[in-house]
Amino acid sequence: MAAKRTEPAVETVTVKVDGCAVEVPRTMPNWQGKPEPTTVLQACKQAGIEIPHYCYHPKMPVAGNCRMCLVHVAMPGRPGPDGKAPTNEDGSPKVFPMQLPYEPGTPRGVIGCATGIVPGMEIYASSPETKEMRKAVLESLLINHPLDCPICDQAGECKLQEYSVDHGQPESRFAEVKVHKPKAVDLGPRITLDAERCMLCTRCIRFTASVVGDDALGIVNRGSYNAISSYPGQPFDNNYTLNTVDICPVGALTSDDFRFQMRVWFLKETKSLCTGCGTGCNTVIGSRENRMYRYEPRQNDAVNSCWMCDAGRLDYKWIGRDDRLGKLHGPRGNTTWPSALREISGHLAKAAEGSVAIVASARQTNEELFLLNKLAKRYKALTDSVPRNGEADHLLVAGDRNPNTTGAQLIGVTTQRVGSKLSAIVKGIVSGKIMTLIVYGEDVTQHGIDAKLLGKLKMLIVSDILPNATTRKADYLLPGCSHAEKRGTFTNVKGRVQKFTKALEPSGDAMPEWEVLHELVHNVTGLDGFNSIEGLFNQMADEVKAFKAAGLTWASLGDNGADVKL
Amino acid sequence: MSLEVPKKLEREINRLVKNYPEKRSASLMVLHALQEEFGYISTEAEEWAAARLELKSINIHELVTFYPMLRQQDPGRTVVRVCRTLSCALAGSAKLHGHICKRLGLDADAPGLQRTKDGKYGVEYAECLASCGTGPVMMCNDDFYENVSNDGADEILKKYDE
Repeated sequence: MAAKRTEPAVETVTVKVDGCAVEVPRTMPNWQGKPEPTTVLQACKQAGIEIPHYCYHPKMPVAGNCRMCLVHVAMPGRPGPDGKAPTNEDGSPKVFPMQLPYEPGTPRGVIGCATGIVPGMEIYASSPETKEMRKAVLESLLINHPLDCPICDQAGECKLQEYSVDHGQPESRFAEVKVHKPKAVDLGPRITLDAERCMLCTRCIRFTASVVGDDALGIVNRGSYNAISSYPGQPFDNNYTLNTVDICPVGALTSDDFRFQMRVWFLKETKSLCTGCGTGCNTVIGSRENRMYRYEPRQNDAVNSCWMCDAGRLDYKWIGRDDRLGKLHGPRGNTTWPSALREISGHLAKAAEGSVAIVASARQTNEELFLLNKLAKRYKALTDSVPRNGEADHLLVAGDRNPNTTGAQLIGVTTQRVGSKLSAIVKGIVSGKIMTLIVYGEDVTQHGIDAKLLGKLKMLIVSDILPNATTRKADYLLPGCSHAEKRGTFTNVKGRVQKFTKALEPSGDAMPEWEVLHELVHNVTGLDGFNSIEGLFNQMADEVKAFKAAGLTWASLGDNGADVKL
Repeated sequence: MSLEVPKKLEREINRLVKNYPEKRSASLMVLHALQEEFGYISTEAEEWAAARLELKSINIHELVTFYPMLRQQDPGRTVVRVCRTLSCALAGSAKLHGHICKRLGLDADAPGLQRTKDGKYGVEYAECLASCGTGPVMMCNDDFYENVSNDGADEILKKYDE
């Protein structure tokens, strides 16, 4: 007992959920992280009971308009004139189930999302009364809903469908004509609205107003003609609009990019990361038959909360481009991995110290950069990477548009001033000192090492996934994998190391870069590494100072990553 | 296109806005003042009001589309409003409305406010105008008329013709 006292005291309240006493904190963080009285919905969640809801979202202000989270509750009695709370015959405190004041005996519900808990309160989350309320709310919500699930993009991940199964009534009593509202409205350049499917939960309005700070949406017209709208002539167009498609509990807001592309239940979901900038938003890749259909943000409160930017979300088309490099090329045309690796290893084995330079990419994984750095150390090679900068914004977008600049710096492939050693590499090539250049994932002709200069080299080894001026000059062209086709980790701008997993099979000869590099490093340096990504990561975590200080292991990264000190 | 707001109206709106601790709270009062001046709330007026109250235009647009008595189109110089609530309906307000529409060349059966092509008149039904003993009653802009017969309506409308 004494040991427990030393922990910071969290004031708790005991309530009963479905007859079981639960101790919950008196306050819980609201969407902005400020403490607010714990709600009935949160208390039930802590008790392991999910209260159905549409308009409530933990990362947004509470609106309380959908009524889906209605639950029947009983309140403890108020103390009488004697100062004592009313009790049952056996002396236990008496509670009073809430009822309609003008219709005693009829149970009265409270909305779980906006009702604070009171000590001694009893929440009947699964009682017949509560179930009846849910049934009634769902019936009301479905009255004017078009029920066009067969052609609706949301079908399969629609809360209206899910709750209808869980809490709805099997038959419709609605025999009248449905209200018709605007369909296929072009709400903005990336969003299409079906106002008939909308149930007016206002999640999209609150998201763009409160989270993004662009108060662009509202509800226009009245009563059953209510519809979500932007101001006429002002399209809904900020860099976060597609998040409204995710949070829309029904099929009202659909992404133009994903609309009618694939039934969601066919999609394989793979945990991944966005590579659009240094933030490293956690994502889920939706793919089917080796084709990627969409990114969705994956909740990680330490990085991206539940959101991602539109630019990042749509930054995946290049993964499936037709001109992806799929053929392994050597100086004598197409070749195979065993012979290419043997030849490259043979060449490198003869190379002198200082005669090799490496241009790595800050789009590569920590593991790949770690292996490249091992090669670099063997030859005392000049190494650097290429900076990619843009404008940062107030929410998620980082100024650094490379996903792994921090990793490249921590591992030592580049310095704080990314790209500052490129001129030294140019000088080395010009002077003839550098005879072998290894380029990973960058078009160096865009960064001061032009095609003529590349022609001076004895050996140009290039690994990339899309063709460019550098790949065309390569002696050995090693087709690589996008992040969706391999496993690995990135370190984001704030020093969070996060892993991504493989969603797609690489096509043609393409191989994950770390597998190729692992082989090369082994052949050239004689160092024995690990041939699993887990082992490789753990080895790297043991050798790279910052990673070691944070005690990283592949397993400890989990799904949401771990921080290292910068 | 931006709205030209007369100095006098601007002073009035400044006074209205000051009455509230938050500017947004003055939205409806400002819209009333604008409609009083211009007869309706144009897109420019919505944008002007939003800028004046430091809001986004959509915030004002929501209000304007919600309240039927905030007009989004020019209703005409003289708005004739014929009461159709029970007492007036029994006293023949439908006939009166039909007569006025016929005289002005408007479709009496079309829903909502009907405006003459020259923009002189707009005719619509209104709910109870609070003079149930003297139906049928109607209003022309802010003028109130009781016991209006068809002939009486002709006489009244003459006053607004020029």
